[in-house]
Amino acid sequence: MAYERKFKIGKPILEVNNISLSFGGVKAITDTSFNVLEHEVRAIIGPNGAGKSSMLNCINGIYKPQQGTVSFRGQQIPNITPNIMAQMGLSRTFQNLALFKRMSVLDNILVGRKLHTKTNFLEVALQLPKVKKEEKLNRERSEEIISFLEIEDIKDTPVGKLPYGLQKKVELGRALATDSTIILLDEPMAGMNVEEKRDMCRFILKVNDELGTTMVLIEHDMGVVMDISDRVVVLDYGKVIGDGTPDEVRSNQKVIDAYLGVEH
Amino acid sequence: MKPVFMTYTKKDLINLAVCMFLSVLIIPTFITTEYWYTSILIPWLCLALATIGQQIVMGYTGQLALGAAGFMAAGAFAMFNLILRVPDLGFVGSLIVSGLIAAAFGILFGLPSLKVRGIYLMVATLASQFFIIWMIDKFGWFKNYDSSGIITAQDIVIMGKPFTTPLAMYFVCLAVTTVLTLLAMNMARGSTGRNWMAVRDMDIAAESMGVSLLRTKVQAFAISAFYCGVAGALFAFCYLKSLEPVAFDIKLSFKILFMCILGGLGTINGAFIGAAFILLFPVLLNAIGNNVFHGAIDATIISSIEQVIFGGLMIIFMIYEPLGMAKLWENLKVSLKSKLSSSGTKSLKSSAQKSE
Repeated sequence: MAYERKFKIGKPILEVNNISLSFGGVKAITDTSFNVLEHEVRAIIGPNGAGKSSMLNCINGIYKPQQGTVSFRGQQIPNITPNIMAQMGLSRTFQNLALFKRMSVLDNILVGRKLHTKTNFLEVALQLPKVKKEEKLNRERSEEIISFLEIEDIKDTPVGKLPYGLQKKVELGRALATDSTIILLDEPMAGMNVEEKRDMCRFILKVNDELGTTMVLIEHDMGVVMDISDRVVVLDYGKVIGDGTPDEVRSNQKVIDAYLGVEH
Repeated sequence: MKPVFMTYTKKDLINLAVCMFLSVLIIPTFITTEYWYTSILIPWLCLALATIGQQIVMGYTGQLALGAAGFMAAGAFAMFNLILRVPDLGFVGSLIVSGLIAAAFGILFGLPSLKVRGIYLMVATLASQFFIIWMIDKFGWFKNYDSSGIITAQDIVIMGKPFTTPLAMYFVCLAVTTVLTLLAMNMARGSTGRNWMAVRDMDIAAESMGVSLLRTKVQAFAISAFYCGVAGALFAFCYLKSLEPVAFDIKLSFKILFMCILGGLGTINGAFIGAAFILLFPVLLNAIGNNVFHGAIDATIISSIEQVIFGGLMIIFMIYEPLGMAKLWENLKVSLKSKLSSSGTKSLKSSAQKSE
């Protein structure tokens, strides 16, 4: 890439070491290792059922792998839960949308500010000045994100009523609101049309470029992945079969056989 | 940039002013019959308060809990014992501590919500209902070893002044309910309420945003039980004026559940609407029975009809308007507004623009 990056790609921030996960007798992931460098856009690709989402769920603590470890900033995390990872600065979106359906767009994004909310329920009930101050800051940040994602006109709509593409945007917004250093995106562009995909790519690159947020994304659309990511890891049947820059991956024979070969 | 922080809009403040005006000035001036205070307004306020408790745990946090009456009993008997044994606490102090004692039970019986959900949680929370009533019945200490089964509640004395007339008791209930309702609204509209609703709508995503499921659920159960406890104490001291465990049986829990659902899950004003409906509907049916049919219909049949209609309404609301009467009320206001403005101005377009 020719342009000068504001945030230079740095040291590994997230390391996945020898993860194995199985459900009963079915092996979802076998002995998989890869790393994510600070400030990079990292893609995980692979055919259906390759274990991509399971991988994210292991990193985020929703699944507990039978084997292997996850290290964050060089520090191994012994007992991963979604909550602990959120506190360490790792946020995510979900494949099948996990928004708070009956809440407005603004409220959804405000929930993302949870870790920047220090006041307790009693202080909230009494509306102490510090609650108002904090709420104001959180709302300002959320409004910033809303205008960044260009969804100002729907901010008071309950998310359940929004079309799919917009819901995906809101989910990205909620992840952004956490001000995390790393965001995992589980198929952020699934089910979108070309225009929406282009928009989403733009947002992902913009976030990465302006805030330096490390992005890990799962995507099916090969063209998109090759365009926006710095490095790609390819999974097939729960194993890593390729890892490197988009060009390296593209010319990897195993990858071509397993994945690109079956593309029409 | 636009102003972004406003928990309360001008409309809310007007609503509050209207409610306060009605309840503090209009009602005491125009309603003089004791019946209205002792049989309708006081229980309405008490049960609305308990329904807010049920709303917090069920409407906002999405935990199917059934056992509000158990927590009410805990609050009521705690109040009796506190006034009896720790008279220095005073009425208001006792009321708060009774709420806290109920909240402790809430935490205890809210713990299953971490493992089970839905209908199973409902069954698990039923334990609170039966356990608390059993405990009060079993250990005479709670009833001060009274053998008759029904204890008379002590008189309400605040700052040395007795509050014993129906009107005075109405004001006590009104004051407590108003304060607690405002606090509940602050929580529901603030970050606390957002955490509750996040857990309700998608718990795994909430957890990934750093919302602790354990803390949020237990907090909701505790606050809910606090509200029920205070409501129970008021219910016993201002409405029943006596204490007996039977008054807080499973039927009352169901009544509060109905108020919650009919009023509208996840709304605070729905608690008041639901409670008013469930309390006034039997009165209305009786009035119809007496005045239209001149007593030709037996009272037992009327109460059966009441059950049938409640059941039918529950089903209809669940299917057509899960957000309950509060939502109907909102819709009514919106349609009235648009009708008024369209009849007032000639062109519909300008009013549509205005309302936008």
